[in-house]
Amino acid sequence: MTTTRAIITISLLALGATPALAEAAPPAIDAGDTAWIIAATGLVLMMTIPGLALFYCGMVRKKNVLATMAQSLLCTALCSILWVVVGYSLAFNGDGALIGNFDKIMLQGIGMNSVAPATKIPEMLFMAYQMTFAIITVALVAGSVADRMRFSAFVWFAALWLLFIYVPIAHWVWGGGWLTPDATAMKPGILDFAGGTVVHLNAGVAGLVAAYLVGSRQGYGSDNFAPYDLSLAVIGTGLLWVGWFGFNGGSALGANSRAVFAIVATHLAASMGALTWMALEWWTRGKPSVLGMISGAVAGLGTITPASGFVLPWHGIVIGLVAGAICFWACTKLKQKLGYDDSLDVFGVHGVGGITGTLLCGVFAVAAVGETAGLLEGNPSQLLYQVYGIVAVAVWSGVGTVILLKVIEFMVPLRVSKQSEIEGLDVTQHGEALQ
Amino acid sequence: MKMIIAIIKPFKLEDVRDALTSTGIQGMTVAEVKGYGRQKGHKEIYRGAEYAVNFLPKIRVDVAVDDNQVDKVVEVIANAAKTGQIGDGKIFVTGIDSAVRIRTGETDSDAL
Repeated sequence: MTTTRAIITISLLALGATPALAEAAPPAIDAGDTAWIIAATGLVLMMTIPGLALFYCGMVRKKNVLATMAQSLLCTALCSILWVVVGYSLAFNGDGALIGNFDKIMLQGIGMNSVAPATKIPEMLFMAYQMTFAIITVALVAGSVADRMRFSAFVWFAALWLLFIYVPIAHWVWGGGWLTPDATAMKPGILDFAGGTVVHLNAGVAGLVAAYLVGSRQGYGSDNFAPYDLSLAVIGTGLLWVGWFGFNGGSALGANSRAVFAIVATHLAASMGALTWMALEWWTRGKPSVLGMISGAVAGLGTITPASGFVLPWHGIVIGLVAGAICFWACTKLKQKLGYDDSLDVFGVHGVGGITGTLLCGVFAVAAVGETAGLLEGNPSQLLYQVYGIVAVAVWSGVGTVILLKVIEFMVPLRVSKQSEIEGLDVTQHGEALQ
Repeated sequence: MKMIIAIIKPFKLEDVRDALTSTGIQGMTVAEVKGYGRQKGHKEIYRGAEYAVNFLPKIRVDVAVDDNQVDKVVEVIANAAKTGQIGDGKIFVTGIDSAVRIRTGETDSDAL
């Protein structure tokens, strides 16, 4: 009892002493910022499960619905563990040009009072928020090889691709690597607010390469690959759309006007993307399809991502318009011309959208919003940095994905057998099927 | 006894059922089927990829009737199911060798 009382007395004394210190140094962790990023972390996780899982599974055939959902689920579970074990430390700790360091493996050194650099949120929250980005990027790639990739090969791919492709690129662009801009050090770099290069271009290029290496589906171009249930894809799109408020708005890493500007720009780009794709389809094909509307919305969302915290909200309308048109062209014309079978158009929507948005960010960037001016404000060099960043990310993602898939092919075939593909991945890979 | 098999447009099922009921037909069997005739299928387009849908959804109505009712029932179905557009369907008439009402054991015309 005496000791307890003594401890309480000491604690009270200590508490009494702190206010003076607190006035000198304001609390490092801001409750408002932290609350918003906790919510945003949940929103971005929701984008993968169930958002992307539903968006993708609604577009495949009935025999592959569960296998497609399994890929999103696997990415969520596997990438979360790998991110905590080593991914976060390599991506966001240390200022090496190419890669971070191992100082924070297993979250070592992230304590109750650790604050993420240049923010007022706990570092543990920043780690968790970035984890959700890593998850969805890997899960996005899966769409290009849906309907035919062997699940065991995909498990290897998800793990290796996260560590060797996503982690270095996240470090280059966001984690203090050679592409990260640093105003205090007068170091220019690429503007990528929420992942036009790190997430969308990266996943799109990897998806394109994987579609080539894994090969086209049996019956591509002759059999009927009509989607199983587009209503699921519509629900998935809705979850992605709302989740994207956390993706882009949360990338402000605080509860502030920049977050709100990013959210409004995001919403306008999604809306304009959907309208544009719908109009083009109506005009060229005679009917405005539901698949077209949701494709346009996701194209708008992916394209505004890099620009969202650097431009004015109304720029979202212009960016959404361009996104809807270019991605429509990429999915309907470019794909036919190149002859690859990217099942769910990861390249056509995310790859092309990521490039477009990263370039348009360099055009429209407004110094009053994101402290960096773009081409229209008389800073043409920023557009060159954007091109530079796009090329670097595309080359690393493309070449790296080829090497990884070749390595995995030594261990396990990338594709299921022809017979399994015809029977369906649900029953042959997972022993389950929709009845 | 004859079996009348009508393949009709799905949205015409209620019209056909109402018309048959008002002519005194007491039972029928209905199934959702797929098929095509001279109408062939149609094209569906998904993100630019065109797929031919060869088999269209139809409804098949089976009605068993006495020989003297056949012409009337065929006419009733044809009138009720007609839209004048391509794809209205077809009616087939075929013989029935025997019939049994399971509950009572009645046979042939008594079982209808």
